[in-house]
Amino acid sequence: MKYQSQAVAKPYFIAALALFVGQIVFGLIAGLQYLYGTFLFPELPFDVAHMSHTNLLIVWLLMAFMGAAYFIVPEEAQTELYSPKLALLTFWVFLTAGALTIAAYLFVPYAHLAAITGNAVLPTMGRGYLEQPLPTKIGIVLVALSLLFNVTMTLIKGRKTSINLILVGSLWGLALLFLPAFYFPQDTVKASFGWWWIVHGWVEGDWELILGALLGFILIKMTGVDREIVEKWIYIIVAMTLVSGIVGIGHHYYYTGAPSYWIWLGSIFSALEPLPFMLLIAFSFKMLLARRREHPNKAAMLWAMGTPIMAFLGAGLWGFMITLAPAQYYMHGTNFTAAHGHLAFFGAYAMVSLAIISYAMPLLRGRVANSAAAQRWEMAGFWIMVLSMIGIALALTGAGIVTVVLQRAAADPMPFMQVQDKERVFFWLRELAGVGFFVGLLVYLRSFFISGEYEYAGEMKRALAT
Amino acid sequence: MNAEASAIRAQPLPGDFAIWIFIFAELTVFGVLFAAYAFARSAHLELFNAAQLGLNRVYGYVNTLLLVTSSYFVARASLSIKAGRSTACGHWLVGALGLGGCFLVVKLAEFHQDFAQGITLSANLFDMFYLSLTFFHFMHVVMGMAILAVVARKAYAGRYSAADHTGVETGGSYWHMVDLVWIILFALVYVIH
Repeated sequence: MKYQSQAVAKPYFIAALALFVGQIVFGLIAGLQYLYGTFLFPELPFDVAHMSHTNLLIVWLLMAFMGAAYFIVPEEAQTELYSPKLALLTFWVFLTAGALTIAAYLFVPYAHLAAITGNAVLPTMGRGYLEQPLPTKIGIVLVALSLLFNVTMTLIKGRKTSINLILVGSLWGLALLFLPAFYFPQDTVKASFGWWWIVHGWVEGDWELILGALLGFILIKMTGVDREIVEKWIYIIVAMTLVSGIVGIGHHYYYTGAPSYWIWLGSIFSALEPLPFMLLIAFSFKMLLARRREHPNKAAMLWAMGTPIMAFLGAGLWGFMITLAPAQYYMHGTNFTAAHGHLAFFGAYAMVSLAIISYAMPLLRGRVANSAAAQRWEMAGFWIMVLSMIGIALALTGAGIVTVVLQRAAADPMPFMQVQDKERVFFWLRELAGVGFFVGLLVYLRSFFISGEYEYAGEMKRALAT
Repeated sequence: MNAEASAIRAQPLPGDFAIWIFIFAELTVFGVLFAAYAFARSAHLELFNAAQLGLNRVYGYVNTLLLVTSSYFVARASLSIKAGRSTACGHWLVGALGLGGCFLVVKLAEFHQDFAQGITLSANLFDMFYLSLTFFHFMHVVMGMAILAVVARKAYAGRYSAADHTGVETGGSYWHMVDLVWIILFALVYVIH
C-alpha cells in the first residue's frame, strides 16, 4: 500500500464479501423454493428471496467497485485520496442503507413498504433489480455523488493515467446510468426502456470499462509489463466495447416495442459483443507471457486470468446463444436467460471484484501476498466456485431447453407449471451446484483467517527441493 | 523457402501490434455486417435492387475519391517521417484530415437528401442496411480523424523521427482500414446490382 488513504478500501471490500455471502444464502433459499414452493412461506416468500438475491448482488458489486476505486485512484494519481473521512462516512451510510433496505424487504410487506416510503409521490418501485424504496434510491445517488466527488478531486490534483481516466469516467457513467431509476411512467414501453438502460447500460457497456480498468491495473502491478503497452490494450478493449455495446444493447428493443429494424441491428451488434471479451483474453494472456516478474500473489493472478475466460463464457458465449432474434423468440425469459445471467455476472463482475480484492487485501493488511497456505485455500475456493457456477449455468441451460421444447416451440404447448415439473431434475442439479458454490465461498473466506505472509526464502527452498 | 518469401516474412507489421488486433476486430465487425447484408439481400433481391436505385451514386463516387486520396496523403506522411521531415509529415496528415472532413460534409449532404427523399430506417430493409452501414462507417471516419489529429499534433511537436515513427504508421494503418471498408461498402451497397 503506497498511500495511507488507500486503507479506506478495506471496509468496502470486507462489506462486499459479507453481502456476497448474504446473496448466496438467499440464492440457495430461492433455488430450494423452485423445488418446494412453500419452503419458508409465508415468512420468506419466493419474490422476497429472489429480490434479496439480486439486490445484494448489485450492492456487493457496487461496494467492491467503490473499494477498488478508493484503492486504485490514489495509487494511480500518486497522491492521497482527497478526503478519506468522506469515504469512510460514505461507507457507513451505504452499508446502513443497504442493511436497512434488506431488513425492510424481509420484515415489511412490499406494498406496505412502498406506502410508507413515498412511492405514491414519486413511483420508482417494482421493477427487477430496482425494487429499492425511494429513500434507498436517493441514498444510492448521494453515495455515488460522494464517491465521484472524492475520486474526481483526487484525479484532478494528481497524475492522470489512462487507467484512472477510464475508471473515474466509467464511475461517472455508472452513476448517470442509474438516474432512469427515477423515471417510471405509466407507459409500459417507456418504463421498460428506462429499466433496460440501467441494468444493461451497466453490464453491456459501462461496467465492461470498469472491468477493463481494474484488470489493467492488476496486470500492470503484477506482471511489471510497461504501462504504455497495457494502456494501449485497454483503449482497444474500451473502443471495441463501445463499438459493439452501444447498439448491441438493443437486442431486446424490438420485443420491448421499438421499430422492426431493431431485430436486425440488435441481433448483429449484440452478436459482436463477445469481441471485447475475446480481446480481454488475448490481452491478459499476452501480459502474462510478457511478465517481467513472478508476483508472489498467485491467487490474485489466478483470479485475474480466470476473469476474462469466464466473462467470455458467460457474457460472450451464453449471451450469444440467446441473442439472435430467431433464437431469442423462443428462448427469451426462459432459464437460458438465468444461465446467462449467472455465468456472466459471476464470470465478469463478481470475478473481477474478487481479483482486485485478492490483489489489494494482502496489501491493505500490510503484506505483498498471503502465505502459501492461505493462497492454497483461496485458489481451492476459486476452483470450487468457478466449477460450481459452470454447473449452475449448465443445469439452468438444461431447464431452458426443456421450456423451449415443451412450451415455446411445441405445436401443442404444455402449461407453464407442468413444464416446471418436468424441469425438477435440473432444479435439483442447480441447487446442488449452488451448495457447491457456497462451500467454495466458505473455503475462499477461510483463506482470510490464515495468518502470516508469503515467505520468499521458505518457498524458494521448498521449490528447489522438489 | 525462396528469398522473396523470406523477405516478405521478415518485414514486420507497420505500426503497433495492438492496432492490428483492433483492425482485425473492426474488420470482423464489418465482415459480420456485410454478411448480414448479403443474407438479407439474397432473401429480398428485388427489393434491394429497386431500393438501391434511390441512392445517388455521385456522392459515393466523390467520397470514394476523397478517401482514397486521403489514404495516399497518409502514405506520404509516413514516407516523410521516414525521411526525417516531421513538419512535412504533419502537413500531409492535415491534408488527409481535410479530405476526411470533406468526406463527412459530403456524406452529411447525402444523408440530408436521403431523409428528404423519405429514406429512413423503417422505410425498407435495404434502406435500413444502407443507413446503418454508412452511419456506422461515418463514425469510424470520425474516430480515424481523431487518431490522425493526435498523430499530426505529435508530428508537429517533433515527437516522431526517422528512427521512431511507429505512431504515424499505427494511425495510418487504422485510416487505411477505414478507407478499405468504405471501398467494399461502396461497391456492395451502391454499385453491385
